[in-house]
Amino acid sequence: MPNGKGASFEKEFQAIKECLEELCRETKAVTVLLIDKAGQLITSAGNVSSIDVPSFATLSAADFAATSNLADLIGEHDFSTLFHQGVHKSIYVSLIADRVILAVIFTKETTLGLVRIKVKKTAEKLSELFGKIFETLESEYAGTVDDEFISEAETEIDSLFE
Amino acid sequence: MALINYSSKEINCKIVYYGPGLGGKTTNIKHIYSKVNPENRGKLMSLDTELDRTLFFDFLPVDLGKVKGFSVHFHLYTVPGQVYYNASRRLILKGVDGIIFVADSQIERFEDNIESMENLIDNLREYNRKLEEIPLAIQYNKRDLPNIVSISELEEALNPRGVFSCEGVAVEGIGVFEPLKEVSKKVLRNLR
Repeated sequence: MPNGKGASFEKEFQAIKECLEELCRETKAVTVLLIDKAGQLITSAGNVSSIDVPSFATLSAADFAATSNLADLIGEHDFSTLFHQGVHKSIYVSLIADRVILAVIFTKETTLGLVRIKVKKTAEKLSELFGKIFETLESEYAGTVDDEFISEAETEIDSLFE
Repeated sequence: MALINYSSKEINCKIVYYGPGLGGKTTNIKHIYSKVNPENRGKLMSLDTELDRTLFFDFLPVDLGKVKGFSVHFHLYTVPGQVYYNASRRLILKGVDGIIFVADSQIERFEDNIESMENLIDNLREYNRKLEEIPLAIQYNKRDLPNIVSISELEEALNPRGVFSCEGVAVEGIGVFEPLKEVSKKVLRNLR
């Protein structure tokens, strides 16, 4: 990975993480997760030990995708937010920059109104940061996965899937 | 496209099992779950109906361990094979890095295989993607049954490009790992 580009990515990534931590703190949320639309976790803030993160990320992305289709059926382009209300915990899910999903898990310690306002603020900041990241992401791929990487990975694949 | 996360040093790849309904996609993923070391796999999540048919998808995360400092994760998905679940099938294909097509070798399912392959191509087109640009392997499943189509006929109908293919009996774990190995390696090579 070229150092200069890697460093800039690292800086923006750190800024994203801080954004999520701020949101988690200000809303008193339990957990905040940032997930890509294909269902992979990008990063998180708060307590993640109590949830199965890969399953949560996958289902959130599927939830969003299914709801987009529902939107289509009634002639809407997309639903930009989803809210699932539970007895003890609730989930507020929001689409950022049309590419990533922000999920906030919160309890009765906070209110939906507060979460909604703070998520909106965070979404603006994240959109800007992601704009920059997507520009550099393509070039970041170069160099990380080289022949040596492939050869090591292939050995691992062979031993894992025996 | 596979997600390389530089901060947490992770590479996540999405591999989808595609094919006609009741062809054995879920059986493949269940066999992988049962054979891979528990340290290297997450929870197998199934969203199926009471009738043994996948409604939305099955999901199994498999960890390759660390390669040059990066944790490599493969996320395996199956799609629902039934024709009427095309909306969820298309959703699962979003961001796919590699595909394993599970064909049903039985004579009466021959047309269903072709229809499913065409459906795969159509659904990828919705995302402006072409099948030939995505790592693909084919498993001709249910080779233990008596009423099956010959491999040469299946190859002619489903594999005009001659991608990796193998015979499988997924319920016994035969021919399950070969296509997965092939596709995972190609997915990683594609990251170069």
